[in-house]
Amino acid sequence: MQETYNYKVVRQFSIMTVVWGIVGMLVGVIIAAQLAWPALNFDLPWLTFSRLRPLHTNAVVFAFGGSALFATSYYIVQRTCHARLFAPALAAFTFWGWQLVIVLAAVTLPLGFSTAKEYAELEWPIDLLITVVWVAYAIVFFGTIVKRKVKHIYVANWFLGAFILTVAVLHLGNSAALPVSLMGMKSYSAYAGVQDAMVQWWYGHNAVGFFLTAGFLGMMYYFMPKAANRPVYSYRLSVVHFWAIAFTYIWAGPHHLHYTALPDWTQSLGMIMSLILLAPSWGGMINGIMTLSGAWEKLRTDPILKFLVVAISFYGMSTFEGPMMSIKTVNALSHYTDWTIGHVHSGALGWVAMISIGSMYFMIPRLFGKTQMYSPRLIELHFWISTLGVVLYIAAMWISGVMQGLMWRATNTDGTLTYSFIETVTAMHPFYVTRTVGGLVFLSGMFLMAYNVWKTVTADDAKAIDAIIPEPAH
Amino acid sequence: MDSTEFHIYWTLALFILFIAIVIWAWSSKRKAEFDELAHLPLDEDKFVAETKKSEGENNA
Repeated sequence: MQETYNYKVVRQFSIMTVVWGIVGMLVGVIIAAQLAWPALNFDLPWLTFSRLRPLHTNAVVFAFGGSALFATSYYIVQRTCHARLFAPALAAFTFWGWQLVIVLAAVTLPLGFSTAKEYAELEWPIDLLITVVWVAYAIVFFGTIVKRKVKHIYVANWFLGAFILTVAVLHLGNSAALPVSLMGMKSYSAYAGVQDAMVQWWYGHNAVGFFLTAGFLGMMYYFMPKAANRPVYSYRLSVVHFWAIAFTYIWAGPHHLHYTALPDWTQSLGMIMSLILLAPSWGGMINGIMTLSGAWEKLRTDPILKFLVVAISFYGMSTFEGPMMSIKTVNALSHYTDWTIGHVHSGALGWVAMISIGSMYFMIPRLFGKTQMYSPRLIELHFWISTLGVVLYIAAMWISGVMQGLMWRATNTDGTLTYSFIETVTAMHPFYVTRTVGGLVFLSGMFLMAYNVWKTVTADDAKAIDAIIPEPAH
Repeated sequence: MDSTEFHIYWTLALFILFIAIVIWAWSSKRKAEFDELAHLPLDEDKFVAETKKSEGENNA
């Protein structure tokens, strides 16, 4: 009997990517609406912005983005290594374990259990479970690399491997904490004062660099050539892209702590390294987009390529904006304003979500023995809806953020502040409404995707079959 | 050597390593191999055949 790839766990994670995408973005729309209309928290502690906001970020980053990464990494590593997934029981455990982590997050965060560390809010018992699941993930992924039947390790696997390894180190480092008691949820960080802040943003920015960038670049380096049916523009650029990202991202964290108690030289170093990051980021962006070189006409007809190319364009935009915002004088205006939220969503919706959606539209039919989705026209519609949603969202936050920063720093000739705080809040209101609409538009596209996926996997000719691994020629 | 000194040398070593990787990747010797590797996700059957062939050569 011919050996097949293990698609079961890929199918499970793919379906949950769509489900958690809807859940996470729905919570995002709710909290966006709460900022425009504060009464929407109904005076219930579980529905306050402070508790739902970490639920939103955890759901979109770790549940939606995480499921997309698990699904695509398991797919890519098998297809490019010509090997069935190593340790199938552990692979199944990573699926159920990760879903349990997500459910526990969805219960504990609204109840108010939080370490108050951004993107690492989950308390210590859940952190321990994450560690166990992640170690299992690493064993499955690297085990598959070890048993590969192809000599070379394709570049996408290098990015995915770096993502898995670095996130393990970041999680263990930043989540080090002492529980108050073994029976309770409360814990205290192992670090204190400005060291705690620095460790947090070493974690936080590298969660952006390795969870939200390296992992999704792995997706780009596999699905972009597949969807375009052309090899990546420059393989050696992809090798240098990988090592440049690996060597430089780790230093950028201090730009989150400009003008704080962090030593000045550390802030400046973080700023310089953030500026240097522009080079590898744009190298990778150009490499991704130029893969279509000579086949640009495919963009007109293939909605999946539209998703991928626009995602890579947003990657270029937000990795240009990021280094600019890390410059201390720019940061003096942008920090603590909505500009930051606009920047994050240009990366999160424009890059991470759109590259995931495009990859899912390519991969899901192949997981069910089909060559394409139920309705390419709905993919096209989804693409335009998503693009409109992102543009509304980030334009509103840019205007709101710059205005907010300018109003905060405006002074009268006698040195007193020109605006009271509440005046800046009132000025932001129309943009908060626009942002809510943008988020709602993006979310509505996800429902189209859910319908399209549902029709694809339940079609009469859809079968959950595992593809055959190509046999070595005799 | 105190820890600061160690970190200085370590950083310099990594920097030199990175430059070496760039030179390695851009050397003209790599070009043919890289061009072929870029096709890895696309021509799946071809790669199986070639890997088998090169293994056979190694054994011989």
